[in-house]
Amino acid sequence: MSKAKVATVWLDGCSGCHMSVLDMDETLLEVVKKADIVYGPLVDAQEFPEGVDLTLVEGAVSNQDDLKLVQKIRSRTKLLVALGDCAVTGNVPSMRNGIPVKALLERGYVEGADVNHRPPSDGVPALLRNALPVHEVVRVDLEIPGCPPKADAIAYVVMEVLSGRKPELTGKVKFG
Amino acid sequence: MPQKISLRIDGELIHAAGQRSILEVALEHGKFIPSLCHMKGLSSVGACRLCIVEVAGVGRVLPACTTPVQDGMAVTTQSDKLRRYRKIALELLFSERNHICAVCVSNGHCELQGLAARLGVTGVRYPYTFPKIGVDLTHKKLTLDQNRCILCTRCVRVCAEVEGAHVWDVSSRGVGSRLVCELNRKWGESRNCTSCGKCVQSCPTGALAEKGFAVEEMSKRTEPISRLTAQRGARA
Repeated sequence: MSKAKVATVWLDGCSGCHMSVLDMDETLLEVVKKADIVYGPLVDAQEFPEGVDLTLVEGAVSNQDDLKLVQKIRSRTKLLVALGDCAVTGNVPSMRNGIPVKALLERGYVEGADVNHRPPSDGVPALLRNALPVHEVVRVDLEIPGCPPKADAIAYVVMEVLSGRKPELTGKVKFG
Repeated sequence: MPQKISLRIDGELIHAAGQRSILEVALEHGKFIPSLCHMKGLSSVGACRLCIVEVAGVGRVLPACTTPVQDGMAVTTQSDKLRRYRKIALELLFSERNHICAVCVSNGHCELQGLAARLGVTGVRYPYTFPKIGVDLTHKKLTLDQNRCILCTRCVRVCAEVEGAHVWDVSSRGVGSRLVCELNRKWGESRNCTSCGKCVQSCPTGALAEKGFAVEEMSKRTEPISRLTAQRGARA
């Protein structure tokens, strides 16, 4: 039997969800017996591959790069999981949503800066109007809330999915 | 003496005094009906719509907190339909304001967050509205964060009915509804607030809190207030 392909991706988040993935400890060994980790901050792959079975998406969709990447991921992934509150609700990145992007950048890069009083324009993607939860941009198959989600909950979902079952998260997870 | 009546809740035969709500009677008999705006000792207003139940012969769901028990009534507290509607009601509450649980003073103690976990709300199907609304930090000891308010009006009722100060009210309508202090004064400029803190203790979320508490630190207790209401008239 060929191994399943699992990917992880880090959009607008703090990487805490990926820390929680690493906190799965020895369960990671069970995961890699059943699956190859083919993309993400934990492996060295430049391009998101085709035919991925399971992708865990950390972070909100906040800029043009996030948007393009998450659309590509959706088209190349069977089961897309929103991992953590930023991906599920927008969470902390969405706290900027009440402020227009221009005013936000002015506050950070002009009023708040000692030198180079202008927002960066080269080499950084343009911000979207709002930082959005993943499901407002592409279809999401499963959500694991939490900030970060408990390692046990991630391990449960990944192992259930790799075993061909549908995880039931009622009572196992919470926002925040 | 109110008349004794008989009804069935989830098939169980229950005897109760009339003039009481389905919610009160069900909770006393160990049933679980979720609610956010109900608080023991305060009047019921049916604001949160989470305590909806099915009553045999009635073609729509009814809020258990404002529906009195009646003789011969058959009530269902758990069904696929009710679970679906309750999830929808919770998700609408989340989408209406900025509930950033991760950085909230009430994270881990919040009734909204707790019910979402218990009822299996792992995400919100509706677009978040991300309203731009403020925080009132003008009171010397207490804080109001409208971003976390679910308009349950427990604070309004506890202040009017128990403390007798009636500092809080709700202004405007629909998604524009806001908790206001004394015809829209800043809380720090309130003339009636006694700073008793009952509103804070009654608030199910992090909307009302005490100053000096950081993320996850604001736990609250409603039981002392409910006990207080039970002693009404005990001392002349």
